[in-house]
Amino acid sequence: MSVTDLGMPAFPAAAARSTRDTRLRANLRHATHTIRDKRARAVGELGDWAQLRAAGRAVKDRTLRHLDHYLERLEEAVTAAGGQVHWAADAAEANRIVTRLVRATGEREVVKVKSMATQEIGLNEALAEAGISAYETDLAELIVQLGKDRPSHILVPAIHRNRAEIRDIFRSEMGDWGRPAPDGLSDRPAELAEAARLHLREKFLRAKVGISGANFMVAETGTLVVVESEGNGRMCLTLPETLISVVGIEKVVPTWQDLEVFLQLLPRSSTAERMNPYTSMWTGTTDGDGPQTFHLVLLDNGRTDTLADTVGRQALRCIRCSACLNVCPVYERAGGHAYGSAYPGPIGAILTPQLRGTASELDASLPYASSLCGACYEVCPVAIDIPEVLVHLRERVVEGGKVTRGGVKTVIRPAKGHAAERAAMRAAGFAFGRPGLLRAGQRLAARTRKLHPRRLPGPGRAWTDTRDLPPVPAESFRDWWQRTRGGEQGGGRQESGQ
Amino acid sequence: MSSRDVVLARVRRALTDVPRAAGPEETAVPRDYLRAHGDRSAEDTARLLAENLADYRAVVHDTHAAGLPGLLAHLLGERGSRSVVVPPGLPPEWLADCDIEVVPDAPETTPDALDAIDSVVTGCAVAIAETGTIVLDAGPDQGRRRITLVPDHHICVVRVPEQVVASVPQALARLAPGHPLTWISGPSATSDIELDRVEGVHGPRTLEVVLMTP
Ligand code: SF4
Repeated sequence: MSVTDLGMPAFPAAAARSTRDTRLRANLRHATHTIRDKRARAVGELGDWAQLRAAGRAVKDRTLRHLDHYLERLEEAVTAAGGQVHWAADAAEANRIVTRLVRATGEREVVKVKSMATQEIGLNEALAEAGISAYETDLAELIVQLGKDRPSHILVPAIHRNRAEIRDIFRSEMGDWGRPAPDGLSDRPAELAEAARLHLREKFLRAKVGISGANFMVAETGTLVVVESEGNGRMCLTLPETLISVVGIEKVVPTWQDLEVFLQLLPRSSTAERMNPYTSMWTGTTDGDGPQTFHLVLLDNGRTDTLADTVGRQALRCIRCSACLNVCPVYERAGGHAYGSAYPGPIGAILTPQLRGTASELDASLPYASSLCGACYEVCPVAIDIPEVLVHLRERVVEGGKVTRGGVKTVIRPAKGHAAERAAMRAAGFAFGRPGLLRAGQRLAARTRKLHPRRLPGPGRAWTDTRDLPPVPAESFRDWWQRTRGGEQGGGRQESGQ
Repeated sequence: MSSRDVVLARVRRALTDVPRAAGPEETAVPRDYLRAHGDRSAEDTARLLAENLADYRAVVHDTHAAGLPGLLAHLLGERGSRSVVVPPGLPPEWLADCDIEVVPDAPETTPDALDAIDSVVTGCAVAIAETGTIVLDAGPDQGRRRITLVPDHHICVVRVPEQVVASVPQALARLAPGHPLTWISGPSATSDIELDRVEGVHGPRTLEVVLMTP
């Protein structure tokens, strides 16, 4: 499936469909709540979380504000360590570079480490067109790939699938790609994982080319870092002769020491572990150990356009921990597919319309895929003020204004044909049609009143130009109702607001 | 113009609001986070390491240097290992009591050959108590990254107390970035199927850590 997602329905339509899928909603609810509770405990273990978060934010801001400087340092360091650096202005160029590099090895298949950047640019599809098979080796990505499906979560891309579905996919599809699923495969997770182990091991042992992304790149030393759990990453990073890493330019951090901040923030925020099972760090090439040829493809693809927006720039601090997805009441109901890009959830709602622009109806609708409850900001380990950027982008969709597209400063017009109003109204209808969601949104809104504008951004602005927007009450109407009259309504879930 | 020039020019145009003269220092980075969480004795730090390793399903053993060869022979025997791969700089006396095939790793050893080997024994560069992590830096007693990856059973010997640090910041300060590094916290694991944790997908399914005091 192409990442440009031509014909993808706009967020509200897609969300309306996924919220009717009760199995999906149950899977999602279970998963997001489990991860978020565990995460709170893991974060609670560190008494200096607030300081680490402030440092993480500052390191990323320093990097972004002097990105040219750090990219040049990085290029020097990687080259000095025996790597080759390539620059890609957009997705098409990155895909061309990788295709050329794979072709030069004479190989027709590659093994891949889970990577958001290569999903964003649609690398697998580009390689397939060139006759090269790209095998995803992360268990969840394998499930998604075999199921001819799309990922729906940053951390657990197959979160929308349950064990019985996974067994069916393995049984019917594995044989087409390599070693078939064992006879009589059950839906026990341990058996499913074993089937994946056997299926992929033959690929790892013969692979000559590996493709990865990276969680961090250290400008000072040229070191790349990949954080993972299963060991498929280590396989792809060390067994092949050639390694190609496609990495967004915002992933650079200035110094070796800076890793001490992110290696504490990322695992606890992401998988809720003190440390993830495996972290690999490599600097160029090492004689006799690991790939002897290393290519780093530095990817822009809308990142410099995002950088040019002084409000939206902060989205580039993201370390893809996925914590914001797990706390988002909209994501929990809508699922990841509704966002129509590699980046779902709150971060997707601000990153995608910046990377791609807001010309399509889907991208224009994404800034409305939120109740502005503020939970994503509170949980974000690098303190990205997602609600602030959402409001900013809504304004851009509705009023147009100065933006940078493809490196060129330009002025966009307000969204055509009332597309924005439609997007907003449908998003509003989506929320208001679901009492639980509205309740969660309102209650949190009450707690985060300081974040809320006195005038509605976006399509509401004309209306509030002549009227004062009533302030968000300290207690939401529903909380008040629950407190004073709660329990009278049959079936109303009792939520303590006392 | 090359794409390199294109991207760098875009970055510079995007940053016209940033004062250039001051350089990156214009953004201050507060480093008032802790160097370690808690003030522990060396002994307590080693105990915390053992606890956190076990919490992530590594099997932890304690021994003195004199007991190491006996313990390693016992662990390999108990598992029924017939062969063990070792890095070139592993102290030979460590395996003195083993009577199984010892395969010294060499660059010619292929992944397929490694796949046929039951176990691997290595040292480590540093171990982090707060996170339950051992770090390998490809030093002589650890060898190439692949030998601790392909066999299904890894025994890692940590020299206590000198190789044990409390925290991630302390570990990074000891490591040299030019070396390939592998940080290991428990055995390979996945939670991709309904968030049920399953150990051992691709890396070794069993990780045993021996905490060796002098
Ligand atoms: S925006 Fe923040 S919370 Fe969300 S994925 Fe990125 S770093 Fe994590």
